[in-house]
Amino acid sequence: MRHIISVLMENEPGALSRVVGLFSQRNYNIESLTVAPTEDATLSRLTVTTIGNDRVVEQITKQLNKLIDVVKVVDLSEGDHIEREVMMIKLKASGQMRAEIKRTCDIFRGQIIDVTPTTYTVQLVGASDKLDAFISALGSASIMEVVRSGVCGIARGEKVLSL
Amino acid sequence: MVVRALKDEGVQYIYGYPGGSLLHVYDALFQQEDVQHILVRHEQAATHMADAYARATGKAGVALVTSGPGATNAVTGIATAFMDSIPMVVITGQVMSHLIGEDAFQETDMLGISRPVVKHNFSVQRPEDIPAIVRKAFHIAESGRPGPVVIDLPKDMTTPTERYPYEYPKQVKMRSYTPITRGHTGQIKKATDLLLNAKRPVIYSGGGVIMGDASEQLTELARLLNFPVTNTLMGLGGYPGTDRQFIGMLGMHGSYEANMAMHHADLILAVGARFDDRVTNATDKFCPTAKIVHIDIDPASISKTVQADIPIVGPAKVVLDEMAQLVKNSKKQPDADALKAWWQQIDEWRQRHGGRYRTDDSELMKPQQVIEMLSLVTNGDAFVTSDVGQHQMFAAQYYKFNKPNRWINSGGLGTMGFGLPAAMGVKMNFPDADVACVTGEGSIQMNIQELSTCKQYDLPVKILCLNNQSLGMVRQWQDMNYESRHSQSYMQSLPDFVKLVESYGHVGMKVDKYSDLEGAMREAFALKDRLVFMDIAVDPFEHVYPMQVPRGSMRDMWLTKTERT
Repeated sequence: MRHIISVLMENEPGALSRVVGLFSQRNYNIESLTVAPTEDATLSRLTVTTIGNDRVVEQITKQLNKLIDVVKVVDLSEGDHIEREVMMIKLKASGQMRAEIKRTCDIFRGQIIDVTPTTYTVQLVGASDKLDAFISALGSASIMEVVRSGVCGIARGEKVLSL
Repeated sequence: MVVRALKDEGVQYIYGYPGGSLLHVYDALFQQEDVQHILVRHEQAATHMADAYARATGKAGVALVTSGPGATNAVTGIATAFMDSIPMVVITGQVMSHLIGEDAFQETDMLGISRPVVKHNFSVQRPEDIPAIVRKAFHIAESGRPGPVVIDLPKDMTTPTERYPYEYPKQVKMRSYTPITRGHTGQIKKATDLLLNAKRPVIYSGGGVIMGDASEQLTELARLLNFPVTNTLMGLGGYPGTDRQFIGMLGMHGSYEANMAMHHADLILAVGARFDDRVTNATDKFCPTAKIVHIDIDPASISKTVQADIPIVGPAKVVLDEMAQLVKNSKKQPDADALKAWWQQIDEWRQRHGGRYRTDDSELMKPQQVIEMLSLVTNGDAFVTSDVGQHQMFAAQYYKFNKPNRWINSGGLGTMGFGLPAAMGVKMNFPDADVACVTGEGSIQMNIQELSTCKQYDLPVKILCLNNQSLGMVRQWQDMNYESRHSQSYMQSLPDFVKLVESYGHVGMKVDKYSDLEGAMREAFALKDRLVFMDIAVDPFEHVYPMQVPRGSMRDMWLTKTERT
């Protein structure tokens, strides 16, 4: 099963390499990874999506907790949560395709953020499967380049991950 | 600043080897007398000495090695300590800050290299941080589940002409690191109820009891309950080895009775042990009828390989003490009838195998006899260090450890070359104690250069080299699994060890016959102020038994070359 694990950790050099190293060292997989400082500049928030059974994910959270730089760990998938990913996608867009892409883009509530006579660059925000759906709706022929941010997530309601 | 911080930490000995990036530090060491530096002949030995000090005392040992090759040579020792959860602080020199990343002379990314084998590592970025980093390093190394900590120290952080304010912090507070200090009372109560209802219980204890200083509490609880106790390789000495309730080591080369008892148990109380693959054999067949209570300071050790029914996260000492109090105050008593029947069964198993080995008429010694003799000559009271292989297993099986912290071996990583420097680290800190290094002619040659260090610092350890002219454990596996094709497991062109140690200024003895063994060994231990190397010829065809059958359950064992359960 896919899990979204959120980690609050010290914003220090080497901290990220410890997290990433842990995953390869213990043979866990990383589907996506995002990391950035929080409103408190001494802390970073890292979100990793991984696939594994409950036992593996339990080990991952325990091992992450053991890292000295890690302050808190939560498996967001255990409760109600919101996940979002940003994608920018550069498409060949000329002739009839321009209108077609624009329509698909509207359906998915994407925004065209860069335009040339032959290309569109579309920005799309949503859960990962929505981004996947957009890509398959386009058909691969027109895609020139795709960049995705990886997942970040937050719990619904009052629950927070903080100090 | 570095030396002063070590002094403030109360460090007496550091083990190391100088080099370019550490010259400022070595100059500071030269100009004081509080922190004594021990010069080894290879950095790996420095880490093992520091490690063994920690194993014998529970306090973090300190090693100091230079950048580049000095640091990489130390990695094996750091990994050895990591696998066995041993507190250690290793200071590695580093090239000047402005050269880092430029492939400078003797530069290596020690933070990167050491990361998977340390509890934590630090890079010093500002000289004024040194005292706080040193304090944190010791705090992290020694608290919670202990482990090695590396401090990477660029040369320009130690420039003697620059002065900085120095204040050694009394306490450490880290928001991201708060080791647990006691167990969950509700869980402990639930576990105690299970203990009192058990009919076929086994206490399975590991290195956590030794490093957690909990052997007294374990012994008290086991005696209150009249439960059998088995120790892991790392846990030997956690419960007195000559006690009736002790049923031996468990696992791959565990005793017949310990493995049988585990397999048939209805309750296993695991304390400071991690259900390692050399203990459990195939986990899907492991102890099919047992409920498992698991006490460990590291939550990640619980339910990692074997699911625990009652997990208790906390220090073994505190949790066991609380359990003993609950048992004492409980109206319910352990089920005496069930335990009587259980002990009868265990005693039957003991009769069946009970650590037997065959001696034949030839004068060729069995390695087991040598260990039994060592146990006899030292009254089971010596510090015994070992290398890795058959001799290690024989020492674990046949030396009766009655006290914790006396059995010092590389259990997790299995590092050949550990034994001699470990013995040196112990002897240095316990000059009046008997310290024996049980080794083989293969392992000893991995760090034999340290005989020179022994001479320099006058470390009269006793080295028992069980010489079977082969890498015995490799050979045993080749006999059992590869139709005796002994690929590269012989030891040719061995030196004359007696002459070799004599050239270092030590005493060498060669023992070929069992009838000479006792006299020679007593003579060796009587030479209190000399290092004695005993080159003891043992049967090269001997195997370690019992040996669990691969991918079987706990009870599936070879008992001799031809007999299995």
